[in-house]
Amino acid sequence: MNRINKKLNESKKLLSIYFSAGFPSLNDTVSIIESLEKNGVDMIEIGLPFSDPLADGPTIQKSSTAALKNGMTTETLFNQLKDIRKTVSIPLIIMGYFNPMLQYGVEAFCKKCQEVGIDGLIIPDLPVDVYNNQYKSTFEKYGLINVFLITPQTSVERINFIDSISNGFIYMVSSASVTGSSSGFGKEQTDYFKRIAGMNLKNPQVIGFGISDNETFAQATTYAKGAIIGSAFIKHLNKNGVTKIDEFTRNILN
Amino acid sequence: MTYNINNKGYYGEFGGAYIPEMLYPNVEELRQNYLKIMAEPSFKEEFDQLLKDYVGRPSPLYFAKRLSKTYNTKIYLKREDLNHTGAHKINNTIGQILMAQRLGKTRIIAETGAGQHGVATATVCALMGMECIVYMGEIDIARQAPNVARMKMLGATVIPAISGSKTLKDATNEAIRDWINNPINTHYIIGSVVGPHPYPDMVARFQSVVSEEIKWQLKEKEGTEKPDYVIACVGGGSNAAGAFYHYLEDTDVKLIAVEAAGKGIYSGESAATSILGKEGIIHGSKTLLMQTTDGQITEPYSISAGLDYPGVGPMHAHLYKTGRAEFVSITDNDAMIAGLELSKLEGIIPAIETSHSLAIFKEKQFKPTDIVIINLSGRGDKDLQNYIDYFKL
Repeated sequence: MNRINKKLNESKKLLSIYFSAGFPSLNDTVSIIESLEKNGVDMIEIGLPFSDPLADGPTIQKSSTAALKNGMTTETLFNQLKDIRKTVSIPLIIMGYFNPMLQYGVEAFCKKCQEVGIDGLIIPDLPVDVYNNQYKSTFEKYGLINVFLITPQTSVERINFIDSISNGFIYMVSSASVTGSSSGFGKEQTDYFKRIAGMNLKNPQVIGFGISDNETFAQATTYAKGAIIGSAFIKHLNKNGVTKIDEFTRNILN
Repeated sequence: MTYNINNKGYYGEFGGAYIPEMLYPNVEELRQNYLKIMAEPSFKEEFDQLLKDYVGRPSPLYFAKRLSKTYNTKIYLKREDLNHTGAHKINNTIGQILMAQRLGKTRIIAETGAGQHGVATATVCALMGMECIVYMGEIDIARQAPNVARMKMLGATVIPAISGSKTLKDATNEAIRDWINNPINTHYIIGSVVGPHPYPDMVARFQSVVSEEIKWQLKEKEGTEKPDYVIACVGGGSNAAGAFYHYLEDTDVKLIAVEAAGKGIYSGESAATSILGKEGIIHGSKTLLMQTTDGQITEPYSISAGLDYPGVGPMHAHLYKTGRAEFVSITDNDAMIAGLELSKLEGIIPAIETSHSLAIFKEKQFKPTDIVIINLSGRGDKDLQNYIDYFKL
């Protein structure tokens, strides 16, 4: 069973953390992952940096740009991860835009993911229908779970379709926004969380965008299986480098 | 084989809508409605009326006598430079503002490089009394001050794009992010035949008035609707899309797309996307784009701010791949000389973008009987400082 599915079967609420690989320094990737696991994080999204990250706000844009400047490439990331399964057992997901994967070769990329022990992919700009018609079998061949996003504007019909072709979890974008732009959830958002929870989808939901602290994490996981923190963790890295990760996760989980 | 778009939103293998889910409802709303709205008699009537009374269409098809004599062929110039705001860009912004109104949108966003599309958007927003926000790279703001001032006079808010390379591609990213953050009330007026489907097709249709007019104008002058060549410069490719549109399927008419070679195709400072580009995804479209082997999008260069886009519209990628259009690249220097030559021979100062297509006559020999149409996409007022600096005028 894929590590993602196994993790989703646990009874606890899940904390997932995103960071841009190659930031703050090129070779921080492995130590950040190990430290996050050690400090109670359940799942990690490793950001493959891209020059033009359309769905990201300023914080992640800057960390992506910095990572590229540090020399991060697709090949470098795979090299850094080649022994990651000797020390890390939680699910690892690569999150990135489609063009770098396309240039690497989608099949070669998936194969490499399997080799190093990546469990799934989140590709915001790979459309659902293109995935379904062209790439689904390749992803499955290499045991990868593809995670789709839904937003407050996604129609019920489309949510049901996405649910039908998903086999891990659904990434619920908390509000109409790019990453890192809102603080705190209002009634509009909690109504949306309730509405989706009430749909009884086959796949559990994990909420992302706008989760930055203990309070928003608790709010999100009241309605969903887990929550993803990205920009807030990047800000922590900005300030502290790779130190005090224990403090960061403790503040979220307590 | 068709050279136009298919019902799935692709030109051959190029096009589509590679967008984050956050944009899906906006783009889908547009996709479901744009053809229906464009076909409404009231839309057509208002569009045609504005093109006539406000833009000043039809733009003349002018026989360039002295230029023709110089190159021993028959050259006609399609005078898009005479449009209100000085370029073809306004054909599209008029169409899209009417589209936005019919979709019930109240807020307009746009990206701009040199500022031409930003000015054309700010103009139609003033005309319709709509809020207008234009994203422009911080570097472009500094080097295009007059156009920034024009946009402000027209009531637009100009927001600097400070991410990435701080130029057109980043301004486009910022506009897309704005649209993600404002999915309900906002329409994004893209300035070229780029972006996710249906934008390339919608913009091409709004610009297609150019070739529609060429057909009847040429018939009046030469007794035929068919020239031997239609030539246009290509950055994203909207003026070329408009000039080619009604000739796409008529292979008797040869199409030439002129790209900017900058300081030389392989100089490292170029915008010749068809040669230097590789298939990939930029701004929601699968097309040819300039990128590293790792798939990071690179920054192109041209002396002309309207041609330095790292991608090219999917229609043009298809025209290149199928060989339907011939792609030629012209250096900064050859373009500048051609611009000066047109000024002296015909009394027309062209935009530097357009000067690239005029340089074709140094590259390629035409027959004395050939009818060659150049889409004179814009006037050179905005480029005066560049011409002054280049020729020490």
